[in-house]
Amino acid sequence: MIAERSAASRLLNGLNFVLLIIIMLLCLAPVWYTLSISLSDKAAAAGGQVFLWPKGFTMGSYMKIMEDAQFFRSAWISVQRVVLGAAISFFVILLMSYPLSKTSRDFKPRNVFMWLLIFAMLFNGGLVPWYLTMQSLGLINNIWGLVLGGGLPVFNVILVMNYLRNMPKEMEESALIDGAGPWRILFSICLPLSVPVLATILVFTIVYHWNEFFQALVLMNKSDMYPLQSYIKQVAVVIDPTKMDAEQVKRTAELSNQTLNAAKIFISMLPLLVIYPFLQKYFVKGITLGSVKG
Amino acid sequence: MIPRSFAKHFYIMLIPGLLWLIFFNLYPMYGVVAAFKEYNPGLGLWRSPWIGLENFKYMFELDDSKIIFRNTVVIAFSKMIGNLIVPLVFALMLNEVKNRLFTRTVQTIVYLPHFLSWVIVGGMMLDIFAYNGPVNSLLSAMGVEPILFLANANAFPALIVGSDIWKEFGFNAIIFFAALTSINPEMYEAAAIDGASQWQRLIKITIPSIMPVAALLATLSLGNILNAGFDQVFTMYNPSVYSTGDIIDTWVYRAGLIDFQHGLATAVGLLKSVVGLVLITVSYTLAYRFANYRIF
Repeated sequence: MIAERSAASRLLNGLNFVLLIIIMLLCLAPVWYTLSISLSDKAAAAGGQVFLWPKGFTMGSYMKIMEDAQFFRSAWISVQRVVLGAAISFFVILLMSYPLSKTSRDFKPRNVFMWLLIFAMLFNGGLVPWYLTMQSLGLINNIWGLVLGGGLPVFNVILVMNYLRNMPKEMEESALIDGAGPWRILFSICLPLSVPVLATILVFTIVYHWNEFFQALVLMNKSDMYPLQSYIKQVAVVIDPTKMDAEQVKRTAELSNQTLNAAKIFISMLPLLVIYPFLQKYFVKGITLGSVKG
Repeated sequence: MIPRSFAKHFYIMLIPGLLWLIFFNLYPMYGVVAAFKEYNPGLGLWRSPWIGLENFKYMFELDDSKIIFRNTVVIAFSKMIGNLIVPLVFALMLNEVKNRLFTRTVQTIVYLPHFLSWVIVGGMMLDIFAYNGPVNSLLSAMGVEPILFLANANAFPALIVGSDIWKEFGFNAIIFFAALTSINPEMYEAAAIDGASQWQRLIKITIPSIMPVAALLATLSLGNILNAGFDQVFTMYNPSVYSTGDIIDTWVYRAGLIDFQHGLATAVGLLKSVVGLVLITVSYTLAYRFANYRIF
């Protein structure tokens, strides 16, 4: 059905195509550049000779990480945090969203709980009260502070709840006629039917716990309890203003750990790159589910 | 009709979530009383003496307050505009390409940066905009003196806004892609029969169809005018750019957890939270009135 294309139209389409390819490459370039730096010789990196290909190829930085016990300790803490955090939020959200998906006719206090959740999502006491709370709950230097400290993921509850509400009512009704109780309906009907949205929130939760770095910087007094992102923030992403004088930069560049830091940054995003194809299958659904019809 | 006997099971199902909510969302809210107290760690929050609005008064006298408020609004507002327009234009551009394999590949790649943490992105930006980094090499090839971007107060906000758009534009475009696929294809067919060119179809059909979505997103984003992005600024800033880069959240962090001015930091944080709540309520109400948008 496409009308005959004029020369101008062909030109515009070609330009559009080229621009999109450039945009796509710009999204990849920083990741690629980090990889190049991490595989380069220290002096070449410091001299600014590395662009899109490693200069003086060496695996030295990665070898050095192998000897870095703290790196592995932090990675292990991150793994624990992700597993605990994802498992707990998954079950809490599943249990919570089923009763909340009922109308207030079927479950009277439903709207009260909903408004409580919305309020908690939109308002928070701020950083200092949060820190004092964590202190009084004994969650300093404690992995549970990282697992639970972010609070109930209200947005994810709403996502699953909306999904359950849009499920055909007939399924639940026929289960009721067959004599199924609430737990049976939740686990045998709602759970299998909402696999897409549950996968979405699982993915969101895993990414959140892997990426979150700030809480540990505040809650952990000893850096050997930092998860990976916090550890990298502490050692590799440091902007030292005393080095910011141009002459000094040149002198200290030789001593810097730029290639080692790039290697750490690259390894820490590797798990995400690996699960990314699986991940991206689900999150598009999740986002569009978020924009919901009442 | 759900049997009445279900209600008690419903309560049991809610218990774990409510406990989490009470201890980690609601209980911290109680801590905002620190804003009205002279907080003394030795006495604890409960027994510290009340001082009324002293902390707020002090806050309005501080020079820092004006600076961090201005920086926050400037950065957040620029991000709002950029994160609306760039994804919109990008989605429209990609929508004109009919090759499915190509569009799918582009989408997959531009979504990726959203999933990287600000530590990673901050670290990468540090390398790219470093004194000996590729951007400066490019500049010096064009005869421009190298710039210390991350220590330059004039360049810093642009760097923050730019890297945020880089990270999020693909992800923000998802909602526009969804809106674009829901445009009725019969409109395009009718227009093609009437001899409308590809450009005319873009201007007369696609853009008007997608405008309501853009307006809705713009309204909803109003609630974020005080959120300049703590994680990002925290990983990328340093004292030499405080004059343009220090935002409310980073200031609260330093005042509260580094300098131990708990009361003052809580007051600033509380004011920000209250203003944020009001703004977000207004924007959601507007969205509900004009677009029938509902979160639940």
